[in-house]
Amino acid sequence: MAGKGRGVAAFTFNIEALGIGRGSMPEARVGPSPLFPSTDFKPVPLKAGEDEDYMLALKQEMRGTMQQLPHNIKPQSNKSEVERYTERYLKKSQIEDEDWTPDWNLFPKELMPQTKKPRAKAGTKKKPVKISRKETEAMLSKLDALAKNDDRNPEKSDDETEKKPGNEEEEEVEAEEYDEEDIEEVSLQIRT
Amino acid sequence: MTAQEVRLCGLLLREHFGEVVEKVGTQLLRSGAQNLRTIIHETGLSVDLVKKSLMVLVQHGACLFSSGRKGPGSPTEYRSGCDRILRILRYPRYIYTAKTLYGDTGELIIEELLQRGHMTMSGTVKTVADRLTQNMEEGRSMDYSEVSSAFSKLVETHFLQRCPPLAGAGTADSTNPAPGATPATPSTPAAPPTPESFPDCYKVPHMTLVGRGKRQLTAEDGEDQRNAKRQKMDPEAHGDEGIYWQVNFERFHLHFRDQAIISAVANKLDQTSSEIVRTMLRMSEVTTSPAATCTKPLSANEIFRSLPASYNIPRPILDQYLTLLVDDPMEFVGKAGESGGGMYVVNLHRALANLARATLESVVQERFGSRSARIFRLLLRKRHLEQKQVEDFAMIPAKEAKDMLYTLLSQNLVQLQEIPKTPDYAPSRTFYLYTVNQLPTARMLLQNCYKTVANLIERRLFESKESKRLLEKSQRIEAILASLQASGAEPEQLTEVEEMITAPEKQQLDGLRLHINKLDSAENQVDETIFRLESDVNSTATS
Repeated sequence: MAGKGRGVAAFTFNIEALGIGRGSMPEARVGPSPLFPSTDFKPVPLKAGEDEDYMLALKQEMRGTMQQLPHNIKPQSNKSEVERYTERYLKKSQIEDEDWTPDWNLFPKELMPQTKKPRAKAGTKKKPVKISRKETEAMLSKLDALAKNDDRNPEKSDDETEKKPGNEEEEEVEAEEYDEEDIEEVSLQIRT
Repeated sequence: MTAQEVRLCGLLLREHFGEVVEKVGTQLLRSGAQNLRTIIHETGLSVDLVKKSLMVLVQHGACLFSSGRKGPGSPTEYRSGCDRILRILRYPRYIYTAKTLYGDTGELIIEELLQRGHMTMSGTVKTVADRLTQNMEEGRSMDYSEVSSAFSKLVETHFLQRCPPLAGAGTADSTNPAPGATPATPSTPAAPPTPESFPDCYKVPHMTLVGRGKRQLTAEDGEDQRNAKRQKMDPEAHGDEGIYWQVNFERFHLHFRDQAIISAVANKLDQTSSEIVRTMLRMSEVTTSPAATCTKPLSANEIFRSLPASYNIPRPILDQYLTLLVDDPMEFVGKAGESGGGMYVVNLHRALANLARATLESVVQERFGSRSARIFRLLLRKRHLEQKQVEDFAMIPAKEAKDMLYTLLSQNLVQLQEIPKTPDYAPSRTFYLYTVNQLPTARMLLQNCYKTVANLIERRLFESKESKRLLEKSQRIEAILASLQASGAEPEQLTEVEEMITAPEKQQLDGLRLHINKLDSAENQVDETIFRLESDVNSTATS
């Protein structure tokens, strides 16, 4: 800190080149700049005329309409069992066509909602999956049998395969509960 | 995809499509192309909701999907762009333009297409005819053929275009052969084909649709509504299945650009010059490509012949006007040759750049005062100036000039350029020049505009949320009033219901309504500035 005390306000360059003098430095900052600084000049008032009024009306109408359309997806809300009296009047103003049947040619197949059929298939699918898993594990266990005892390995593979059907059943149960909840709270029905 | 753009897109999605779509949309915008599983994992929403949101986004053209990068077997990837979502701000302007050009029918067609994303021609015609019939007097209804002719006119002038058919959507579409599209080999994930690359883009399909609009009876019970729904679901083949139409935003933008140039000429010169420029632009509508720097050259003879009949100015006067336009420093019109009485072009890119420059100058003037604006204009014209030269040319005392320059510098509107005399950049032996670069400054102001609109929307949502209880109460009372009036009630009952809102509450409601209208109107007008800056930035980027 050689410059401390003697040249504490010394700059490394010739200050005259920038055209500012030693005395015209702005005050040092004491903190972050204010969030809403005061402005010297007030903003110009908005344009007002027929066109602007019409576009304003269009904008508000469009916003209202788009919130009623089926495109507007509402997060799942718990419907109260007793319909409130006030809501009865609000319901009448909603748009009639709540269903939206899109043309599936334009969307990728994976976006189609799953119907109930795959659930039956999942049961039949499990077995080939299990079999293939069992097969691969049987192969592995056979390979292991060369190095280890024969008694321990079949028990090991049985334990593992028992755990997996247990997990799959849990997942299956969760998926079922999940889908039932979906069907109950529907704001958008998609018919295939 | 800056942070401000993403924030604004999120708010727009929330207002129009709900919070679920907002979450999915912002996830796509922030992280680029992703497949379905990643989106589900990152947003934490249920599979069903994510699928529905993606469908809504694809329906409105905000999201594109393509097969994955790793080859035909990989899952489809979804990507989204800010541009399309930011257009939502401009919807009222599009609808209003359609109204001025094509009347109420055109206005409703564009409104329906904007709300639904894309629709078939028959669907649009039916819905619009029903809506028009609703507003007409009893006993009259709108014929489908009138609406169809309005639709065809919109397609002819390219305001509507067909949606591009998809290559990898799972079904082989042989109905619309596309020579420009990439076939099912996704070896090169090229940019998705633009709608213009298909030859049938602007062809109106042959459609059998005869009838008139149906007036919808106000249904008292839900049962009537369901009957109406069943009627609508009758599949009537009109010969245009699978052909979907969408609004062509680029064409609207060209129209706005032309309007901006014409009004600028009218403000700077006079009405007749603006009419001449309008004629020139109208004549070159079809011959000029959207990204052209200037229109095709037009001879003075042609312009003279095409002037509207109400302006019968003699030929020498027209020549004088054209010379004035060419000599004007704004350089809207340029001379390209001498044949045919003089060949004239409209310099589109230069006009856009000048309009953006005027916007920048006015921003500086309104924020920092006219003397700072004088310094700013000086630097724009003279490019690089030293501190001393700025004071001399601007004729402002040294101290104030320094102050203003440093304010502009701290706001990043003015930049400092160092020119060293020696290779070691020693400060005492370096020139420091002030300069303004128009393009980066325009970009910075554009981002400021996005931030402004996002702040306006947030403030409006905050105001509505604060007075939510009051707004709901007034909505309920309006609904009760409407139902009472429909079932024929006495005036005393109506006044009784109206008095449920007390006077101070009414005052509060009025104040709230005023604030919300102001905020909405401000959003619309900031969007005009956004359009000017965006078109200049885009035109400079491509040229």
